[in-house]
Amino acid sequence: MKMVLSGNEAAAYASMIARAEVIPAYPITPQTKIVEKIADLIADGKFNTQFIKMESEHSAMAAAISASLVGARTFTATSSQGLLLMHEMLHWASGSRTPVVMVNINRAIAPPWNVWADQSDSIAQRDTGWIQFYCESCQEVMDTTIQLYKICEDNDVLLPAMLSEDAFYLSHTSEPVDMPDQDAVDTFLGKFDPPYKLDVENPHSFGSLSMPHQWYMEFRYKIALAMEEARKKIVEVDREYGKIFGRSYGGMLDLYRCDDADIVLVAAGSMSSTIRVVVDELRENGAKVGFARLRVFRPFPAEEFRSLAAKVGTICVLDRSFCFGYEGAFFTEIKAALYGIDNPPLVRGYVIGIGGRDVTRNSLINIINDSNNPEIKGPVDTWVDLKRC
Amino acid sequence: MKHTIPQEEYMERGHMACLGCGGAHAMRYLLKGLGEKTIIALPACCWAVIPGVYPYSCMDIPLQYVAFEVTGAAISGIEAALKAKGKKDGTTVVGWAGDGGTADIGIQALSGAVERGHDVKYVCYDNEAYMNTGIQRSSATPRGAWTTTTPVGSTKAWKQTPKKNIVEIMVAHEIPYTCTASVAYPEDIIRKAVKMKEIEGPCYMQILAPCPTGWKYPPEKTIEIARLATETCIFPIYEVTDGKYKINKRIRDDKKKNIIDYFRTQGRFRKLDETTIQQIQSSVDAEWELLKKKEKCFGEEI
Repeated sequence: MKMVLSGNEAAAYASMIARAEVIPAYPITPQTKIVEKIADLIADGKFNTQFIKMESEHSAMAAAISASLVGARTFTATSSQGLLLMHEMLHWASGSRTPVVMVNINRAIAPPWNVWADQSDSIAQRDTGWIQFYCESCQEVMDTTIQLYKICEDNDVLLPAMLSEDAFYLSHTSEPVDMPDQDAVDTFLGKFDPPYKLDVENPHSFGSLSMPHQWYMEFRYKIALAMEEARKKIVEVDREYGKIFGRSYGGMLDLYRCDDADIVLVAAGSMSSTIRVVVDELRENGAKVGFARLRVFRPFPAEEFRSLAAKVGTICVLDRSFCFGYEGAFFTEIKAALYGIDNPPLVRGYVIGIGGRDVTRNSLINIINDSNNPEIKGPVDTWVDLKRC
Repeated sequence: MKHTIPQEEYMERGHMACLGCGGAHAMRYLLKGLGEKTIIALPACCWAVIPGVYPYSCMDIPLQYVAFEVTGAAISGIEAALKAKGKKDGTTVVGWAGDGGTADIGIQALSGAVERGHDVKYVCYDNEAYMNTGIQRSSATPRGAWTTTTPVGSTKAWKQTPKKNIVEIMVAHEIPYTCTASVAYPEDIIRKAVKMKEIEGPCYMQILAPCPTGWKYPPEKTIEIARLATETCIFPIYEVTDGKYKINKRIRDDKKKNIIDYFRTQGRFRKLDETTIQQIQSSVDAEWELLKKKEKCFGEEI
């Protein structure tokens, strides 16, 4: 069914069409429309779910984990400070092997207060054992939310996943979105049926003490293995989804006009659409420019970057976040992925769009021109569009 | 012979509690009342260790170990999921936390859970300090107690402030049922557990669970000391059902013991001076009189 939906509305409808059974959530700008829309769908009798209006994000994630351990399909949504407050429980979700699916609206971190697009919140959750996706369009928010249940609930994966969409650029921008047919989604996803549940008929303990000489390390290793399984599953599910529903998104790394490119830009989130326009424009002028959209950050598409690097001269990495004391996270990780390959491309890092600052055509053109500057020898992190300060 | 305490055990032998642990008694009796169709979420506390080390457990019921501050949130999630799955009927969802996990770090999640009206039973086993981490003071530590973070020293640096009255905080949430209990009165714990199971809605129980390690007394004295706490009225046993107060262990004025009799049994009060003891006695007396007034004003019609 075609509707005009914002990214937030798409997320809410996706939770409904995926039949999320328990939704513990707490409101935060700019995520609020998700919880409001879910409340509306329930109030109108369209969505049968347990919606728990929690007293904090930390508690929301705790409740989601427990609900998932009972065997309920679970959804929640947050943003920025709320995601940071959840941090402890994010580790708990992956450690408990609960396939909680969460939509995070990428919003800047205070102080100073700023509610606009910035990916620092989710980047700061990199090491929590969560699968991480970044979306470009409202349609992709809808489709990826559905895909995530299929990926996460696989018994070889059983890990939580967060889908990030940029504040306002996506959360509050309305686009035509096709909501898949309920029966088709039901068939695609099947029922969530984890091997172990909190169940009085078959009692188990979840998360008891494990000593250094016993099994703690092995439990962690199992999470590492599950992430590797997720890598395969992400590609498979995206392909299968494409066959059934007619839309897929490039698996781990979404390549655009990269085949014969000399210069490839890398970015995640809503700025991708602007980059595609600039790539098209430069291509018309004969420049061999391409774009690689980082769709999945965890597991990291290292192999995909190595394949890409074998064909291009320069990779310009755009980070809408910054790890103080070093570099943008995408920049660091892409360079690490390329370590040791033959004839590595020049990799350059740009910090851009922090706190929702507009990422314009001109900024992108400047980056591409700058990357050709022969005076710059090695990798350098550049802050783009800074005012004098 | 009729047993006053059910013979069924849901907590088996082989637990890892200290000798004389009040918390171990409290769990054993609670489960005898609640029965096997019980799911427990328990946060960081002594009980995160007591059931045993993976893959062993002394518990016959499902357990979720949860983060320190989330017990209330975890039981909310379990209850909602059971409802979503059509499996709530007949299953009791219990949060089981220590006094620090309840009165300090877990109070937000607890308050949220009961305000939302989930059908959950929250039980605090109260040993009056952070015992699992090594006897640090909590807000439920009573005034005058030694702990490792109120070490008395040469400046009378025992705990200066009164025990947080979490029971009355829960009463103020206007939940269907709030009660205190003590390991000295197992039949009372069991009766209250059965009552909580039968009530649909949030219930709160606080069980006094003396700790020989933290309170500094010989392990065989646990029950005796717990009983003294009630006989001196420093830990009264009462329940509040739909706003109506009822004192379950009524202490007649002529039988009421002095607080010094309780303090003398425990090393944690060893260095208390006479003035402070008298001040604590006065406040215990005042609290007890207030409780009796509440029973009179907000009690059941006699």
